[in-house]
Amino acid sequence: MVPISYYLVLSGILFACGVTGFLIKRNIISIFMSIELMLNGVNLSFVAFAAQWHALSGQIFVFFVMVVAAAEAAVGLAIIIAVYRTRETLNVDQVDLLKL
Amino acid sequence: MTPDLHLWLIPVLPLVGAAVNGLFGKKFPRQAVAGVALLFSGAAFALALLVASRFSSLTTPHVEVLATWIRAGKFQADFSFFLDQLSLVMLLVVTGVGFLIHIYSVGYMWEEGGFYRFFSYLNLFMFFMLTLVLASNYLLMFIGWEGVGLASYLLIGFWFTKDSAAAAGKKAFIVNRIGDFGFLIALFLLIKHFGTLNFDQVFQGIAPMGAETGGAGLLTAVGVLLMVGAAGKSAQIPLYVWLPDAMEGPTPVSALIHAATMVTAGVYMVARSHVIFERAPMAMTVVAIVGTLTALFAATIGITQTDIKKVLAYSTVSQLGYMFIACGVGAFSAAIFHLMTHAFFKGLLFLAAGSVIHAVGGEQDMRQMGGLRTKIPWTFWTMTIATFAIAGIPPFAGFFSKDEILWRAYQASWVYWFIGLFTAFVTSFYMFRLWFMTFFGEYRGAAESSHHEVDELGHADMRVGVPAPHGHGHGGIHESPRLMVVPLVVLAVLSFIGGWIGVPGALGGSNRFEKFLGPVFHATAAGAEGHRGTITEGEGEGPESQAGHATELIFTGISVFAGLLGFLLAWQLYYRNPLLPQQIAAGLGGLYQAVLHKYYIDELYAALFVKPLIAGSALILWHGIDQDVIDAALDNSAHGAREVSDSVRHMQSGNLRSYAGWVAAGAAVVIAYMIWMGTR
Repeated sequence: MVPISYYLVLSGILFACGVTGFLIKRNIISIFMSIELMLNGVNLSFVAFAAQWHALSGQIFVFFVMVVAAAEAAVGLAIIIAVYRTRETLNVDQVDLLKL
Repeated sequence: MTPDLHLWLIPVLPLVGAAVNGLFGKKFPRQAVAGVALLFSGAAFALALLVASRFSSLTTPHVEVLATWIRAGKFQADFSFFLDQLSLVMLLVVTGVGFLIHIYSVGYMWEEGGFYRFFSYLNLFMFFMLTLVLASNYLLMFIGWEGVGLASYLLIGFWFTKDSAAAAGKKAFIVNRIGDFGFLIALFLLIKHFGTLNFDQVFQGIAPMGAETGGAGLLTAVGVLLMVGAAGKSAQIPLYVWLPDAMEGPTPVSALIHAATMVTAGVYMVARSHVIFERAPMAMTVVAIVGTLTALFAATIGITQTDIKKVLAYSTVSQLGYMFIACGVGAFSAAIFHLMTHAFFKGLLFLAAGSVIHAVGGEQDMRQMGGLRTKIPWTFWTMTIATFAIAGIPPFAGFFSKDEILWRAYQASWVYWFIGLFTAFVTSFYMFRLWFMTFFGEYRGAAESSHHEVDELGHADMRVGVPAPHGHGHGGIHESPRLMVVPLVVLAVLSFIGGWIGVPGALGGSNRFEKFLGPVFHATAAGAEGHRGTITEGEGEGPESQAGHATELIFTGISVFAGLLGFLLAWQLYYRNPLLPQQIAAGLGGLYQAVLHKYYIDELYAALFVKPLIAGSALILWHGIDQDVIDAALDNSAHGAREVSDSVRHMQSGNLRSYAGWVAAGAAVVIAYMIWMGTR
């Protein structure tokens, strides 16, 4: 049996990739995808723990996360389309009206 | 069982008048304002007369407690009123002269703006003065004391649009505050040592104490501090400077407050505290010296003044000095006697001066007057009586009181007597100078001047639409209306006969006034052994009275001679040779200039106290503490907050990725911390 630490390390790597992508990417779509990556990194650790402890709650949480991620994707993509229609760009550095 | 006199009504009646006029007077016609003011001050006078008529059936001192005021531990001060011979005399003088001056003011102020305001203040003054006189403890007396100061301030600054009047009001108030400081400390000392401020309890506490002949003790301290208070209120050296400036107020105010009543409050207070002073010879000496110096000093300034009211103001300061000489040599009844006659003749002098000013259209400079004798005969004759009274010519009122003071001063020390005598000569000289300059010779003013004094003050807007009932506005010099002449005549009669109640034994009288006041000044004096003449004098005629009478007659002759000498000198200089005074003044040069500028005392005070105080306030308190500490603390904290937020607000770039970076960094810090904690 594969030790849980492997899963957790992989989960950490995935999450770190997501964070890094979130920080360095300028395109909103890429950022959005990085967020999905972070969520799935977390999902992986949930599943790993669930298998380790034979507890269903971890797997149920994963479903919750997936549902929320799907809803977020729907809302987020709608926002992205709205932003693109008004600003004609997907570069987040140019969407900075919310400052002093 | 003494009957209930309702003494409290006497001060409260004028207060009601002040409230009615002050609150509603603006809407009243002038007749109603005058009616209210006269009704309430007249009622107070009537009540005072009623009290006087029932006085002989009272056991004195008669104390009426109206209500409890302050009760703190063992200390208690009540709203209670105290009537004995001394307060009865003051009561009659204040209400009587006050009522007459109210009548006069109706005529004098008729065309002025703020008519209701004037009478409201005047009634308010009566309230506080009567409280002062009737109070049965020092604290209530202090309330009256401060209150008359307030009324004085309000009335000096009555024409508040005039800068000099507003400044004079402030000066009076601030200088009085210095004196009140001494008075308050004296009260604190009394509370500390006797636990009470009630007159009878304090005096009972002092009665067993002996005179502080050896050195200065508690009573000397209290006495000197009380004298500081009295010097402020009664315009003695070194606090007299406010009184001449107070002449900025309307003339009836000068007559009532700054001549007849308020300024004598200090004399009354010292006389009331005679139990303290009799046991503190050093304090008595201070009182006598201050009185002597003030009498001489102010009289010499009076010689050179040309403003008719300023002459009278310095004369008031000088006469108050006489009263303090009397207090200082233990002749308290003589002081009160002079206080009373002075209230008559000085009140009359001011009212007559007001009538003169009124007649010549607001001119106060005597050099612009002259020859008014035939034009305003009533004013002339009443003022003549007052002038003879103040100059100490028998049988006018001032003669008896001044003579008694001089005689008692001589018994204490010939120095007091000699300076007092010289002052009497100077007094006579400057008063007759005023008399000759005003009423004799040729009229020197601009012809047909018809402006009343208010015209210079730009108050025309305040007196629109007021009918002139006695033809104020017409040109030419005219006698004052009857409302003003009647008080003049009444006061003239009092100035003439007022001294006859105190004819000394040497002149064949029995000095009834002193006998009347006797119970006040001798009942408690027995404990103080052998202060100069205080006790032995009052006991009536001793065995050496015959020899004493002969000496006293000689002294009377000398003082009358001094008065006549003053008259002759004034006659010579200001009637026979009107040009001579100027030559003499030129000949005296620097001395004349010094006297003319009032010995530069105002300038000296300005240089010594006022300017350093203002400079200190501006540099240390204003620029130093207020601006550099208080304001700076506020400003700097505001600046600091701004600087901090200026640097912090750059975090709010609006750049999404930088926000995310901060979130990631924060998370990394938290995780690192948890790992670090976990590995420990």
